[in-house]
Amino acid sequence: MKPALEVNHISKSFRLTHNAQPYLSLRDSLAGMFTRRSRASKEMFHALDDVSFAVERGEAVGIIGKNGAGKSTLLKILSKITPPNSGSVRVRGRIASLLEVGTGFHPELSGRENVYLNGAILGMSRAEINRNFDDIIDFSGTGKFADTPLKHFSSGMQLRLAFAVAAFLEPEIIVIDEVLAVGDAEFQQKCLGKMDDISRSGRTILFVSHNMAAVQSLCSKTILLSGGKVKSTGKTADVIAGYLNENLGSASSYEPNRAIQKPTGFTRIDLVKPPGTNGEPAVVRFTIHSDKACTTALDIRLQSYQGAPAAFGSLGTLQRDTLLQLHSGTQTAEVSIDMSRMANGLYALSADLTVPHKEYYDRADMAFYIENCLNPAQSGDEILLQEWNYGYYHLPVNLNTFK
Amino acid sequence: MEEPAEYEIKPRTSFTPGIAELVQYRELFYFFTWRDIKVKYKQTVLGFAWTVLQPLLMMVLFTLFFSRAISPSAGALPYPVFVLSGLLPWMLFSSGLANAGNSMVANANMIKKIYFPRLILPISAVLVALFDMLMALPVFAGVLLFYGVAPGWQAVWCVPLALVLIVITTVGAGCLLSALTLKYRDFRYIIPFLIQILLFATPVIYPPGFVQQKWIAQLLMLNPMSGAVSLFRAMFHGQGVDAMHLALSGAMALLLLLAGVFYFRKTESYFADLA
Repeated sequence: MKPALEVNHISKSFRLTHNAQPYLSLRDSLAGMFTRRSRASKEMFHALDDVSFAVERGEAVGIIGKNGAGKSTLLKILSKITPPNSGSVRVRGRIASLLEVGTGFHPELSGRENVYLNGAILGMSRAEINRNFDDIIDFSGTGKFADTPLKHFSSGMQLRLAFAVAAFLEPEIIVIDEVLAVGDAEFQQKCLGKMDDISRSGRTILFVSHNMAAVQSLCSKTILLSGGKVKSTGKTADVIAGYLNENLGSASSYEPNRAIQKPTGFTRIDLVKPPGTNGEPAVVRFTIHSDKACTTALDIRLQSYQGAPAAFGSLGTLQRDTLLQLHSGTQTAEVSIDMSRMANGLYALSADLTVPHKEYYDRADMAFYIENCLNPAQSGDEILLQEWNYGYYHLPVNLNTFK
Repeated sequence: MEEPAEYEIKPRTSFTPGIAELVQYRELFYFFTWRDIKVKYKQTVLGFAWTVLQPLLMMVLFTLFFSRAISPSAGALPYPVFVLSGLLPWMLFSSGLANAGNSMVANANMIKKIYFPRLILPISAVLVALFDMLMALPVFAGVLLFYGVAPGWQAVWCVPLALVLIVITTVGAGCLLSALTLKYRDFRYIIPFLIQILLFATPVIYPPGFVQQKWIAQLLMLNPMSGAVSLFRAMFHGQGVDAMHLALSGAMALLLLLAGVFYFRKTESYFADLA
């Protein structure tokens, strides 16, 4: 069978204008007709540069990469929103793209009316919407409000309604941008489940995300874009591992933004090494400055990216003998954090310098994110995901008796 | 499993009007028109009344200021009837053009996020204006009743043909202006000004023979709306429109439609980058 999508050498570049807006003013255009300067000074930005790949029918493919790697441009080309400058894409089947949920939603219209409008914009026929209408409302859980204007919906409800419409699209190929990055955990879980159903039903999925855990759980194959080119492509676990390794050098870091240095406080925090896919610990380096020699505890807190406290670890607070002895001046402490029993997903790292129950030196709130990305293929077991909303810590459970 | 439909995404090279696609997405015409009508009437206190009040108030104003000066040349028709029968087709054109011209910018968010044939937006904007005009027709009938004027049997073909002519003109100009507005935001200020000027270049408040200078009268004949308004008014006895004038208006309207759709389709693929 021929592949569902064949991307052949597509390139797309934009002219970089130094205006804030992409549109032109008539004055500039008229002036441009009489002067020669403008043309030469325009820089081109290559958003995509000779990108080729193929997606087999029924395959779920993830697309990852840093901001500016060309992910959005690629999606826009596949969605026919913008054409490539060169190259072509061969598409076999109806394609539906979800670059945003709720495109075309209007606040003055009721929930019901918006379902019809949004469905039509996404390419559903009225008959299709009629057929699925009750299921859509059910899935969104906004049943009582179907006839209330959308402006009275909470943003969460709007989002749920929007995703519900999209979930009932019946195209052969579905292209999804990070629509899951929003919404409460329960609904996210529902969405991931729905997407899993979609991919099991033999439809082709292209999924762009920053959420490695979601890509890992959904996609068998992944493409890594970097600087507008395909950097690597292959099995999801391998590509993600490569991507995380590549980022080792440019580890996240944090510097407190303050005018006056505290007598004892952090001057810098670096993520030296993210947690490994096989459970290797994350390594974080704390640079601490102190005006005087003193004893302090270093507390480390991890929060889920929805803000819920997820884990706590400390040098000193829980065990007296691990307190840090600071000397006057600057020192660094490199700390390993074992995240191998934590759910896959993003965690914000916060840190405190305190003398337990006595003194409070400094706090670094949400210094940066650490992504836990355990690879289920290594152990053969399932990996706990943050999105499941079962908690953040994999609780060890042992069978004592079984009769 | 059967092989699904296959198509190719590539840089656009040749011009096609894209009618097959418009047919495929035909339900969107309905949904966009329906949305705009719904929203318009939900957001205003007087709702539908506006559609009716607007031409009536204009009629009263024009009657107050111009009936003395223009009346003798308006033929047998009472001036209020004369001016209202010009204002109704005119308002279809002017509000259709204003809506259509702004339609791309107003829906920029959608254009950036999802694909559908873009032509649906300006065309739906004109359909909204058409709906408004049809809603105002009963009031027109009321005014006719009040003045005791009855249209002749020729109304059966004059009115629909005039509406078709206006819709063609408005869609053509609307497509052109919506594409231009997206690229050059200056057109947001140009369009209302243009509509004001065209009001005086169209026999809405004055009869066609009102302009004395021959070359100006001939120049005004090129305006497709002049034929359309005269044709609409030809529903009354003694308000004829000559065939040559009508043919010229029809030709101009088609030319405008072709030019508008051609420019629109030519620039359409880059709308998302500009919006």
